[in-house]
Amino acid sequence: MNELPQQLVNGLLLGSMYGLVAIGYTMVYGIVQLINFAHGEIFMTGAFGALTVWLWLPGGTSMWIALPLMIMGAVVVAVAIAVGAERFAYRPLRTAPRLAPLITAIGLSLALQQAVWAWYPEAKSARTFPQIAGGPFEIGNVTIQTGDIFLVAAAPISMAVLAYFVMKTRTGRGMQATAQDPDTAKLMGVNTDRIIVIAFALGAAFAAVGAVAYGLKYGEINFRMGFILGLKAFTAAVLGGIGNIYGAMIGGVVLGVAETLATAYIADIPGMDKFGSQSWADVWAFVLLILVLLFRPQGLLGERVADRA
Amino acid sequence: MRQRSLIAITAALAAGALTLTACGSRDSGDKGSDSGNGDGTTVVIGVDAPLTGDLSAMGLGIKNSADLAVRNANKKEFVKGVTFKIEALDDQAQPSAGQQNASKFVSEQEVLGVVGPLNSSVAESMQKVFDDNKLVEVSPANTGPALTQGADWQKKKVRPYKSYFRTSTTDAIQGPFAAQYVYNTAKKKKVFVIDDKKTYGSGLAATFTEEFKKLGGKVVGTEHINPDAKDFSAVATKVKNSGAEVVYYGGEYPQAGPLSKQIKAAGAKIPLVGGDGIKDDTFMKLAGAEATGDLATSVGAPVEDLPSAKQFVADYKAAGYKEEYSAYGGYAYDSAWAIIEAVKKVVDANGGKLPTDARAKVTEAMQSVSFDGVTGKVSFDEYGDATNKQLTVYAVKNGAWVPVKSGTYTG
Repeated sequence: MNELPQQLVNGLLLGSMYGLVAIGYTMVYGIVQLINFAHGEIFMTGAFGALTVWLWLPGGTSMWIALPLMIMGAVVVAVAIAVGAERFAYRPLRTAPRLAPLITAIGLSLALQQAVWAWYPEAKSARTFPQIAGGPFEIGNVTIQTGDIFLVAAAPISMAVLAYFVMKTRTGRGMQATAQDPDTAKLMGVNTDRIIVIAFALGAAFAAVGAVAYGLKYGEINFRMGFILGLKAFTAAVLGGIGNIYGAMIGGVVLGVAETLATAYIADIPGMDKFGSQSWADVWAFVLLILVLLFRPQGLLGERVADRA
Repeated sequence: MRQRSLIAITAALAAGALTLTACGSRDSGDKGSDSGNGDGTTVVIGVDAPLTGDLSAMGLGIKNSADLAVRNANKKEFVKGVTFKIEALDDQAQPSAGQQNASKFVSEQEVLGVVGPLNSSVAESMQKVFDDNKLVEVSPANTGPALTQGADWQKKKVRPYKSYFRTSTTDAIQGPFAAQYVYNTAKKKKVFVIDDKKTYGSGLAATFTEEFKKLGGKVVGTEHINPDAKDFSAVATKVKNSGAEVVYYGGEYPQAGPLSKQIKAAGAKIPLVGGDGIKDDTFMKLAGAEATGDLATSVGAPVEDLPSAKQFVADYKAAGYKEEYSAYGGYAYDSAWAIIEAVKKVVDANGGKLPTDARAKVTEAMQSVSFDGVTGKVSFDEYGDATNKQLTVYAVKNGAWVPVKSGTYTG
């Protein structure tokens, strides 16, 4: 049986989730040149925010009512933490050497992980996440899980909303201006402090949507889920061209598809059966990253928003 | 401006440090158990297990069960003049953390024995530290054959460390036992083998595969997964298209649960079979309702069915521990009790007092320990392995593990 369509869909879904999280890395980097390593943990707190809303709702609430509320809960929690982090951890360091905020981000990431571990009820091991009822959908010989429908819808909608916001609105243009040159933007009357807060908040909101998708897809969330996924999303952002919001999504999808196809097909190449299993998929994904960066150091799409290194 | 940012950083650092120390003290300050009467000697039994993270459900069960053994020994004054205490350290299922814990136990003179660890890979990093200091280690859960019989155990058995014992059976028995059940009883002839490349998982998968092929079964595919991953959809699609009738997974429940769920979601309605590492209630939580029919082998007879275990289950409930005793509770109790028995032997032989070289003596005494424990008769063979070689197959029914067949593996 030909499994290529199914594997492509698997990769596309995984990649869309990487992409949603990667947007946060790329927006913040594009505007303040900070790699926000705590972003993976902001993603994780979003998932726990959604779970909190679900636990607070009366039992047996239909998913159709619960899901929008859960997304709101996730977004509120993630945005609050991201904005708080920007205000209290990053803003005081804005004029400090580049390494200081980077170390702060790593510290914040650990602190958030441990805080959820220590204080969220029963978060010391994985917590189950509610699922959408109903069987999987079959299109030809491709199966799409019910939980993935959310991701299929959410990723393009989020992308479209973001593109409209950045390209068409006043704040969005202010964002582009700040990315190009914060000092000049300030002279032109752009409130750069506000723009930076908005960049953090938007990134967190997309991560929160990604977190709900993660919960629906895998049925469980835990306090460490942000670490690996954050790393992958960061890779996706670099692959697509860090600072470029479309690049983040493209990079995510390319990474997801590459991982999936590596798992599925590398083992079939004669002599490569040792290097084809899923545990090698990350290796192949990073080989791809290195190759892309060798020939296109600026990433697949290059930096569109910020054109200075 | 500078001043203010300095204050902010200091505050953030202080808050961070406080959070971290709070966690730290929670892990290592958990010395449990009542100290009993003040006079006489105190003997500390170390416990090393993952108390946090993915595998903490099993780890906390081990810690509580060892604590229960110590409480019972103190209550009965099992060893006159000696009060036992436990000291539990968290290894987070990491070999590096395990080795640090081992060094800590070795440096504390009151520690005369250690129960743990859960993971075979962690045990590998601890064995030498303990052996160099003649400190006895009894694992309730390690099933990797190489730990007691050397790396070349398939050809030539050599015991690498004299201070290492275990109350659980090994993968050399568990894998083939599962293969026989799957092939002979469940009548599945085509298997897809997956493992997580860790000491435990790959060992189990290898022994299973060998026996399954010997019986005449066919391995239609193999795959190795990454223990950090959560997305197995690519693997699940491969399983579906391979035409396998059953999946054998060598690994633990944090990956086995999602793996089982995603394989079924991909459209392959076939059972997943695993070892004792997946036999935990968390598996059902992760795998969902579709897990019905999944199988797991586990060492020993079902704890709940053994008459000797009834007392343990009742005591455990009465003691009011927050967590379940989990898959290894009974073995952890027996491991702790074996150390207590060995200490008793040493004390009795020395006229009611601990000798100065107590550690070496306890290690020596362990070899001849024999008693009726929670899981049956507890004693050790010349390699330090349990002489009790019973195994049980469990199946998922109505969201619980139900024993379906008990037996002893015979070659």
